[in-house]
Amino acid sequence: MNSENLIAIVLLSPFIGFLINGLRFNKKTPVLSGTIASIAMLISFISAIILFINLIQLPVDNRKLTFDFLNWFNIENFKINFSFVVDQISAIMILIITGVGFFIHLFSIGYMSHDPGVTKYFSYLNFFVFNMLILVLGDSLPVMFVGWEGVGLCSYLLIGFWYKDASKASAGMKAFIVNRIGDAAFIIGMFILFMEFKTLNFHELATAIKSLGVAPMWTWSSPIALGTLFLFIGATGKSAQIPLYVWLPDAMAGPTPVSALIHAATMVTAGVYMIVRMGDVFLAAPTTLFVIAIIGGLTALFSATIGIFQNDIKKVLAYSTVSQLGLMFLACGVGAFTAAMFHLMTHAFFKALMFLGSGSVIHGMHEEQDIQKMGGLKKYMPWTHITFFMGWLAIIGLPGFSGFFSKDEILWYSYASPYGSKIFWLLGLLTALCTAFYMTRLMALTFWSPSRFSKDVHPHESSAVMLIPLFVLALLSIFAGWIGVPHVLAEYLGHIPNYLSSWLSPVVTYVKPAVDNHSIELGLMVSSVLLVLVSAFIAFKIYILPKPSENKNSNPIKHLIANKYFIDELYNTTLVNPIISGSKNIWYYFDVNIIDKTTHILSDLVSGASRVVRQVQSGNIQTYAMYIVIGLVVTLSILIAR
Amino acid sequence: MDLSIVTLSPLLAAAILLFLPQGKTVRVFSLLASILQFVFSLSLLNKIDVNSTVLQLNEKITWIGNFGVNYHLGIDGISIWLVLLTTFLLPLVVLGSWTAIENRTKLFHFSLFLLQTSMLGTFLSIDAVLFYLFWELSLVPMYLLIGIWGGQRRIYATVKFFIFTMVGSIFMLAAIIYLMLQTQAVFGQMSASLLDFYKLDVPFIAGSFFSMQTLLFFAFAIAFCIKIPIFPFHTWLPDAHVEAPTPGSVILAGVMLKMGGYGLIRWAIPLFPEAANYYSWIFVSVAVIGIIYGALMALVQTDIKKLVAYSSVSHMGYVVLGIFAFNIKGVTGGLYQMLNHGISTSALFFLVGIVYERTHTREIKNYGGITSQMPIFTILFIIITLSSIAAPLTNGFVGEFLILMGSYEAFPVYTYFSVTGVVLGAAYMLWMIKRVFFGEQSDFIKKHPLTDINLREFLVIAPFVVMVFWMGIRPGDFFKYAQTSVDYFVKNYNHYNLLEKNVGANK
Repeated sequence: MNSENLIAIVLLSPFIGFLINGLRFNKKTPVLSGTIASIAMLISFISAIILFINLIQLPVDNRKLTFDFLNWFNIENFKINFSFVVDQISAIMILIITGVGFFIHLFSIGYMSHDPGVTKYFSYLNFFVFNMLILVLGDSLPVMFVGWEGVGLCSYLLIGFWYKDASKASAGMKAFIVNRIGDAAFIIGMFILFMEFKTLNFHELATAIKSLGVAPMWTWSSPIALGTLFLFIGATGKSAQIPLYVWLPDAMAGPTPVSALIHAATMVTAGVYMIVRMGDVFLAAPTTLFVIAIIGGLTALFSATIGIFQNDIKKVLAYSTVSQLGLMFLACGVGAFTAAMFHLMTHAFFKALMFLGSGSVIHGMHEEQDIQKMGGLKKYMPWTHITFFMGWLAIIGLPGFSGFFSKDEILWYSYASPYGSKIFWLLGLLTALCTAFYMTRLMALTFWSPSRFSKDVHPHESSAVMLIPLFVLALLSIFAGWIGVPHVLAEYLGHIPNYLSSWLSPVVTYVKPAVDNHSIELGLMVSSVLLVLVSAFIAFKIYILPKPSENKNSNPIKHLIANKYFIDELYNTTLVNPIISGSKNIWYYFDVNIIDKTTHILSDLVSGASRVVRQVQSGNIQTYAMYIVIGLVVTLSILIAR
Repeated sequence: MDLSIVTLSPLLAAAILLFLPQGKTVRVFSLLASILQFVFSLSLLNKIDVNSTVLQLNEKITWIGNFGVNYHLGIDGISIWLVLLTTFLLPLVVLGSWTAIENRTKLFHFSLFLLQTSMLGTFLSIDAVLFYLFWELSLVPMYLLIGIWGGQRRIYATVKFFIFTMVGSIFMLAAIIYLMLQTQAVFGQMSASLLDFYKLDVPFIAGSFFSMQTLLFFAFAIAFCIKIPIFPFHTWLPDAHVEAPTPGSVILAGVMLKMGGYGLIRWAIPLFPEAANYYSWIFVSVAVIGIIYGALMALVQTDIKKLVAYSSVSHMGYVVLGIFAFNIKGVTGGLYQMLNHGISTSALFFLVGIVYERTHTREIKNYGGITSQMPIFTILFIIITLSSIAAPLTNGFVGEFLILMGSYEAFPVYTYFSVTGVVLGAAYMLWMIKRVFFGEQSDFIKKHPLTDINLREFLVIAPFVVMVFWMGIRPGDFFKYAQTSVDYFVKNYNHYNLLEKNVGANK
């Protein structure tokens, strides 16, 4: 089968699944609906694998398969086709999306089996995958934007899936509107780049940038700097970075598999993917890279600190996701695009694993999400525990596990890259320490410490359909890191090649580290691993105790962090409420009082004047005669006066 | 004859209507007649030459010879889509008011057909007197629609609507008379033809508001801007919409507002290009204010219909923004946005009408959690909302994106402000959806159980849904008819003229 058809199958299979389940949306058939949706995903996944194999067989510098579907815009110089491209970057993405997506669909069959809206759920989930695939396969910014907004829509629908709960519906709405702020910036970014380069095609943009032939300028006002900056603002919306991250913690209102698929593994990484995809353009704007690194680093640390005091198992994972995404942006900001892609991939595995694991826990605990009311689940849910345990090892970065390789690469480049600095490295390291702390706390409170739930809760292990995805993702979380073994370690490990960076090298520009010293690299690596272990050990010691010493509001800093630095409250009082009350006032004073009152006064004047003038035409002949006489007199006197 | 058939056939239908019994017969006849008219109007697409900028399918009959007034109709790539939008909506309006309008069906459909003729005449007239006649004629049936079948404050709303638009038109009438006198002075023969007006060179002095061209430009532009309506002339619109019955709202939003936008492109700008250019900043500014202002006002409305009405103010602001960008993307987007607004806002008014028929309330606070009772209705509402908030692959995105792109080329700073409409648009629509459709069922809804939409209602909404995606995914199918004319307008609006040729005669 030729690659055009394969790309079409990858895209259309989930879309057809969406249509089938969408048309029978009110059927309460969890197994049938779930099977339809999962088969659609499986077909898509297999096609993606075949595409990947086809891609490998192509010559290294020409690995590109395209599918030009139909024309969208053709106005003046603005020509956009719905065309899709599979290259080294998007191939990785579609494998993650369809592969992880398939297992999450499988998991959902078990997780959503008792939900009356299960068919609707699966149709949304398929539709999400379709849009996500458009996002990563689109070969130009506008086509990417189709998927970009499409995944936002699905996210809205799935967060508010249990719409009868007003707070969940609000969370969906918040996600969409906050994302829209980013999308508006994304649109502006497209305009700026289009004005400068007369194209929005990724390939043509990269070519245009290379043909400029001038060294990147440190300036804020060049079209490239501004355009990329606006695109990055778009990314802060979709990928939940400061200042637009506020929707993601609320997004946990959706079903847990949704959090795993959309709000951990795929959609939220779209911003990172976009920057990697446009790497050459961003490299031409060092100011933007600087902003990205700062925002990424700050977001990583900031949300990791919030994670320490959250008690909702999903909220911990949500802030963890924001934090890990921050690390990916930090990598982008220092020009380490391969490291960003690497972490995107490993994070997709271990975070999806942990979200599904938390889903299994919530399911087993009968919808309990508060980790303070758990404990000792290791005994009741051994398989969930062991897989979650692997995810924990991966995220804290125990050497050998996937997270270790990708996080270490980010830390190293944030230190050694020409765009890097010690500050960025420190931000990354502190993030890693906080991560180790809150994840260990989560493990301890949920699985290891003495149980704190009431007697009438009977935790149970989940069914096979939910456990199989956990096993697969656990395996990936353990081993996936070995495709990107750093050079400095490869020497000791029998010269394992770095598959990932050689795979990506034709399409992702490599920024050579400014510092190239193996002893520094090893030293930083070893010290960070040791500090992480210490941090994890402290958390273990604190939270393994029967009565964890977490009395509320004990000190102001903890109060501040536990309340997420009051950022939501800040936005509400400074933005949302003023806009709403201001609009009410403007409406009342301007529309109702000024404009309408003015027109009423005008109309009163007219009718008043006509009332006066109407007296003239009284119909009384004598009055008319008098007018004639007056007229005569006036006319005559004027004539005489002349 | 084609254009006359399209324009005047509704009159014939109206005349036949008078001899039919009230009730169902009238409805069925009106539906068939309007479908027939729509099908016929589609044949115009084949009859015009899309690669020509000339005025086509001309029909010219001397009317008042002494004043040079003719019955003159003509069509080009700009007017054809507005004509088709008008004929597309009427069958749906008839079908959509099947149960909403119960009394005086004969007069109701008579008014609809009369309105149809006057709106089509406005889009097709090339003679200024004829244009003015049709323009004003459209007020009468709309006055009846709101005044007879409207809500409680219908008299206030109709008078307000009438006076606002009349005030604007009077200036325009004065300007038309002045131009006619000018033709006599310049050509020695009085003419009311737009094509002769184009040839006049009205003096323009930059900076002086009292130069003739400036005055005439504003005389026309104010009439059009009130109709669109542009901030701050918009306050008649929410009242008219709230009081109007569903079919009245649909036609008002769907077609009548476009008469203003069309007037700018066909009349005000090419007739007075220097003034239009010199004062474009005013229009761009009020357009941007309108986009944001309309959206903010929509955010805080408590009445669903008023919310949709204010969203119209916001959407029509985009139209003006696009037109005054004076580039191909902007004007194409502006024209497209007029069609989009005709699709999405008409559909929204139908949808609001559907629940109103069941509950007789439009207060958002009375609703809540209606999704469980009306799942299909919810899906349709969300699809139309996507069009309204300009999500990609819907028609709304194509129009809004092109307008913003065109306006970014022309004046970036204004564009930075107008993209806030992208955010606010999502905010007011989704907030309303959240309060009406989601959450727990309100007490009111518990007392008034709802039924999902029936087949007839589905048939009314389905064409809109098809158009939303067709226009959103393949805009080229629509652009190709307008592109030549828009290119010509953008390049030549400074010395605009349209040749009148019948298609085929000049190939």
